[in-house]
Amino acid sequence: MITLVKRPTPSQFWAYATPLLAVFATMVAGGILFAALGKDPIAAIKVIFYDPLFGPNAAYFRGQLLVKAGPLILIASGLAVGFRAGIWNIGAEGQYIMGALAGASVALAAYPAESHLLFPAMVVAGALGGWLWGMIPALLKTAFGTSEILVSLMLVYVAQNFLAYAAFGPLKNPDGYGFPGSRNLQQYPSAHNPELIAGTGMHWGVVAAFLAVIATYVLMQRHIAGFRIRTAGEAPRAARFAGVVPAKLVMFCLGLSGAFAGLAGLFEVAGPNGQITDSFNAGYGFTAIIVAFLGRLNAVGILLAGLLMALTYIGGDMAQLMLGLPTAAIQVFQGMLLFFLLGFDLLTHYRLRLGRARA
Amino acid sequence: MTGALLKIEGLTKAYPGVVANDGVGFQVAPGEVHALLGENGAGKSTLVKMIYGLVKPDAGTMQFQGAPYTPPEPRAARAAGVAMVFQHFSLFEALRVAENVALGMENPPPMRALSTRIHEISTAYGLPLDPARTVGDLSAGERQRVEIIRCLLQDPKLLIMDEPTSVLTPQEVEILFGTLRKLAAEGTAILYISHKLEEIRSLCDSATILRGGKVVASCTPRENSARELAELMVGGEFAATDRAGRKLGAKIFEVAHLNLAPMSQFGPALKDVSFTLAAGEVLGIGGVAGNGQEELLSTLSGESPSAPGTVSLHGQDIADLGPNDRRRLGLLAAPEERLGHAAVPNLSLTENAILTGTVRRPLTRNGFLNMGAAKRFAEEIISGFDVRTPGPHVAARALSGGNLQKFVIGREVLQAPEVLVVNQPTWGVDAAAAASIRQSLLDLASKGAAVIVISQDLDELMEISDRFCALNEGRLSAPRPTEGLSMEEIGLMLGGAHGMQEAAR
Repeated sequence: MITLVKRPTPSQFWAYATPLLAVFATMVAGGILFAALGKDPIAAIKVIFYDPLFGPNAAYFRGQLLVKAGPLILIASGLAVGFRAGIWNIGAEGQYIMGALAGASVALAAYPAESHLLFPAMVVAGALGGWLWGMIPALLKTAFGTSEILVSLMLVYVAQNFLAYAAFGPLKNPDGYGFPGSRNLQQYPSAHNPELIAGTGMHWGVVAAFLAVIATYVLMQRHIAGFRIRTAGEAPRAARFAGVVPAKLVMFCLGLSGAFAGLAGLFEVAGPNGQITDSFNAGYGFTAIIVAFLGRLNAVGILLAGLLMALTYIGGDMAQLMLGLPTAAIQVFQGMLLFFLLGFDLLTHYRLRLGRARA
Repeated sequence: MTGALLKIEGLTKAYPGVVANDGVGFQVAPGEVHALLGENGAGKSTLVKMIYGLVKPDAGTMQFQGAPYTPPEPRAARAAGVAMVFQHFSLFEALRVAENVALGMENPPPMRALSTRIHEISTAYGLPLDPARTVGDLSAGERQRVEIIRCLLQDPKLLIMDEPTSVLTPQEVEILFGTLRKLAAEGTAILYISHKLEEIRSLCDSATILRGGKVVASCTPRENSARELAELMVGGEFAATDRAGRKLGAKIFEVAHLNLAPMSQFGPALKDVSFTLAAGEVLGIGGVAGNGQEELLSTLSGESPSAPGTVSLHGQDIADLGPNDRRRLGLLAAPEERLGHAAVPNLSLTENAILTGTVRRPLTRNGFLNMGAAKRFAEEIISGFDVRTPGPHVAARALSGGNLQKFVIGREVLQAPEVLVVNQPTWGVDAAAAASIRQSLLDLASKGAAVIVISQDLDELMEISDRFCALNEGRLSAPRPTEGLSMEEIGLMLGGAHGMQEAAR
């Protein structure tokens, strides 16, 4: 019989060891899954984790790593701040879309004028678009006590419809021979978010992601505001006693995570993706939730988790191509990562003790 | 002593890092009221949990009515004739008395028959209780009666009571003691746990004193003074509080016609609460918890807003200011609930020092935390208030209740408040720690601060406060000077015991 004994103080060792253990367990369980599908498990794991970094075409894939990790890290950094406070923004995907739409609209309105001010204006618009979309659940929660989980999630579907409308309607490329989708911003120099160093995948969105990591680290670990956010998540009454106004906290957290998601959307539409289409969003907003938890809601952890998640994306694509693994298997594999992480998390707060059952 | 009802020998229970009970032995005769005395952490709770079958001993033997007794679970203990009334009630507020009693029984009889039994037992033992009332409407004293009657229905041979009087008014205590004496006279043994030494001296026939998990003494409480008992518990000299040498200054704090809506379904509302406070004064607010104490504290601390003009400090209306603005002006508070309100359980002591300390202490620079200064502040609290902990990096929840309470009180006192509001400052704190907390509040007052002490412990309030008033069902009685106030008068201020008249009949 195994009994759980609560630790008096959370274990520092396990707080860092559990993510590694979770990755390892995911490899083992994933290997079994792939074997059951009739694939060589060792080869599949190698394709997912090893080849993108060190395989024959690694030079190309390494660039892709930052392209994929950038938005994940940027969004997850914002989400983690709210999650620490117990404010659950599940709708980053919608805020990501609205940020992209707002930023692209600014660019397309200015087309074809060239100016150094255009890109900064797009960045501001992108952040504002995401912020506004995040403020809807915030205001509804503070005014009427609605659940931000449901409202933010449902607004994702509203945003998707906005996206489709924009792609087929007002933002459609007039020179596009009737195809849906906007002009490609990659061909509009003032609006383009280019690769800054050739072959690295580094664009302004990746820079923003790194800045977000630093900013949220400083906020949460060094600043009184972050301290209050953590307090609010741990003990809401103690937070009020310490002077936290719950309504302000809700607006700050949803606003911040919305703005970060909006920025990620803007950098994506102006950079790697290039245009607004009805299938512009690729699920970064949802995957970022996994990244935030995988990274222990901690800025540095999120940086590493974002890179790891990007790796499984790229490796997963390769595994589909090279080994013919079904998409669903890859998604199960990614889901397992979160599953094992949350499971092993128990070890941080509890000690396992093997012993006789109490009569 | 021949024919012991309960005989315990060499009982030992160890938890990781601490031996809670180490070779404990004592015996209880039928009809004996036996006190278990000891500081917090002395091992009283573990001991009674073993007797009640909640915890299994590592070593040692127990005999009940001459037969070996090893209850694997509380059900077996109840079947053997052992009943227990816990310090914290396990009642459903939305259910009626009879329904609550039925929930605690193995084979509850039909509701009508049960109601009749409850009525019979409650009148026979002088504990009037209407089986049809909803528990949410009952006072703390009446709720305790539900628990006691639930036990008495099992016709126990041994009744264990864990700190039963902490929630009762003096009159209710008298009623309870009458019941317990009657039970003892009928041959029921009672194992009585309490911190209140005077009560033990008046009620108990014998006492076993625990310290650090070991039996350090057995005595007859009537033959020892309360001070001697306290010294046996603490194992050393015991400093009495010193209230001398205080002068009252000008009026600095005023609450006028304060009303507040209930914070929870069965919570009380505050109704027209008014009082004033002078510099250097200690105002004691008595009354059973749940009569508006939490509500009053949260209004004074700034957590709950109140109407303009209801709270003023130095003549300035502060009713619409939040907790931090009030701290800036010198009004500090220490709530009752330590874990989750006064302190964050999972954060370290250093971080808990930051929780309320940033306004009056330079723990931040332009909003950025100065962790070095925070750590020094936490260390200052730890050394100044004798908080027993390995260091400021320890999580608040790892501290015992008494040590965390010392930390919380110390954190506020060291910020040099002009007005300090504390709710139940020594609740669940051992005698030595309680004395040092009271002394620190008096020292604070002698430096010119005004102190409001909300407490259920009337002895404590009599000991430290200059004026006394009572909070009952959200109403505050007019404060009266403590000196010369008799227990009867205090009882009347507390609104009397519920059901007093019937009981006296």
